[in-house]
Amino acid sequence: MNILGIDTSCDDTSAAVIVDGHEVLSNVVNSQIRLHHPYGGVVPELASREHVRNIVPVVHEALARANLKIKNLDGVAVTVGPGLIGSLLVGLYYAKALAYVNQIPLVAVNHLEGHILSILLEENAPAFPFVVLTVSGGHTSIFYVKGFGEYKQMGQTLDDAAGEAFDKVAKILGLGYPGGAIIEKMAQAGLKNKIPFPRAYLDPKTFDFSFSGLKTSVSLYVQTWRENKELQNSIQAEDIAASFQEAVIDVLVEKAVRAGKQTGVDSIVVAGGVACNHALRTKLTQAAAKEGLSAFYPRPGYCTDNGAMIGLTGYYRMIRGEQADMSIDVRSRFPVVE
Amino acid sequence: MILFLKSNFLKYLTKSANETMAFGQLLGTHLTQGDMVALVGELGSGKTWFAKGLALGLGVSPDVIITSPSFSIVNEYEGRFPFYHMDLYRLGSVSDFQSAGLEYYLDEKGVVAMEWADQWPDILPIHTIWVKLVILDETRRHIILTGENPRSEEIIESMGKEFK
Repeated sequence: MNILGIDTSCDDTSAAVIVDGHEVLSNVVNSQIRLHHPYGGVVPELASREHVRNIVPVVHEALARANLKIKNLDGVAVTVGPGLIGSLLVGLYYAKALAYVNQIPLVAVNHLEGHILSILLEENAPAFPFVVLTVSGGHTSIFYVKGFGEYKQMGQTLDDAAGEAFDKVAKILGLGYPGGAIIEKMAQAGLKNKIPFPRAYLDPKTFDFSFSGLKTSVSLYVQTWRENKELQNSIQAEDIAASFQEAVIDVLVEKAVRAGKQTGVDSIVVAGGVACNHALRTKLTQAAAKEGLSAFYPRPGYCTDNGAMIGLTGYYRMIRGEQADMSIDVRSRFPVVE
Repeated sequence: MILFLKSNFLKYLTKSANETMAFGQLLGTHLTQGDMVALVGELGSGKTWFAKGLALGLGVSPDVIITSPSFSIVNEYEGRFPFYHMDLYRLGSVSDFQSAGLEYYLDEKGVVAMEWADQWPDILPIHTIWVKLVILDETRRHIILTGENPRSEEIIESMGKEFK
């Protein structure tokens, strides 16, 4: 069963072709094919207009790389939320038109459910049940995953997402965008225990997060540091990046491992863009192992937004008999558990 | 604590994020459909905490968690009327604002709170009430309300009466 997965919920236009919910034939993101438009440390244009420009070439590229034609598709899976309405509409209406004209079944997918299940794109995937930490620019949540469609949200951020904290601290330090990769690279050359930035563990009974206090703390620290030449001799920008990153990682690791212990699962999964961070992966794997838990991470291309996870989620919804009709609409708010 | 008040200007001191939220909540109770709140202040000044308060004041359920809209650009909530929490932080230009369909939210149906609104003040309606958050130290903030229109003055005046 060949499913085309389409995602336009955020900045990237992505499309993928996936067979039987696991074999990824192609996984294309607009940034890969937009060679004439290199990212130069600027915010990528997130306008819906860009999705309109990208959607056709991205889908064609996904089909070409999969060596398939539209008529070989058995389903079209598309993200309908959560996300920016104007952006979501581009993906949904393209998918609707494609499905209608070619008489292919259409299925609606929740973007966050795609991230939750993204580990299943990997051959080395855990069995149900598992705990997943979804951590990106827009989300930081912990879910208990019992099976397909069976999720329990254990906690979420009360203010900023972890990825957002990375982007904002990069900006405070006068670095570029996206902040995650830049901070991580800088942190490698810094000392992570140099500055004791606050860790918001909140109520130890909950699995909620808060990163806005850390952001404020870094901001005030950098202000003092900039005005103090002596401090600049003993503390480098790299140390600030490393100490900040460590503060974020400590909290993510503590909550994810505790969620794993409390639910009695064998495996913890980290998904979403921040799951690309190697320091997070290393520390979580170690902390999990101490508790007898295994940690799993999708490859970077499946951590950041991608069509493959949408195709996978759509496949599982479709084989359970789900199908969307032409009246379906986008949803800017779309909780995974309703 | 009110530090200064006149018809188009109110300056308030808060000593914690919770106090900032409480002030936002009070402002929220004075807002109605079509009102626009522009939130201005550095990173970490408490714009999102202020918006959490606005949401409560606008009747959004306390069980609903108001998170930062920096990444999502717009978060929508249901209170007495729709509450749109927006953030221009990641937008590169006014044309981004237009092509992302954000003008759609500036109608008469809901209340908009817009973070980083000072990027392009021209796109905001004339009756916008400006909320500026100034960092004094780790926890204390000055909150300054301003507005140059009868509607925004009406809001500032009713806020001033709350503290009499």
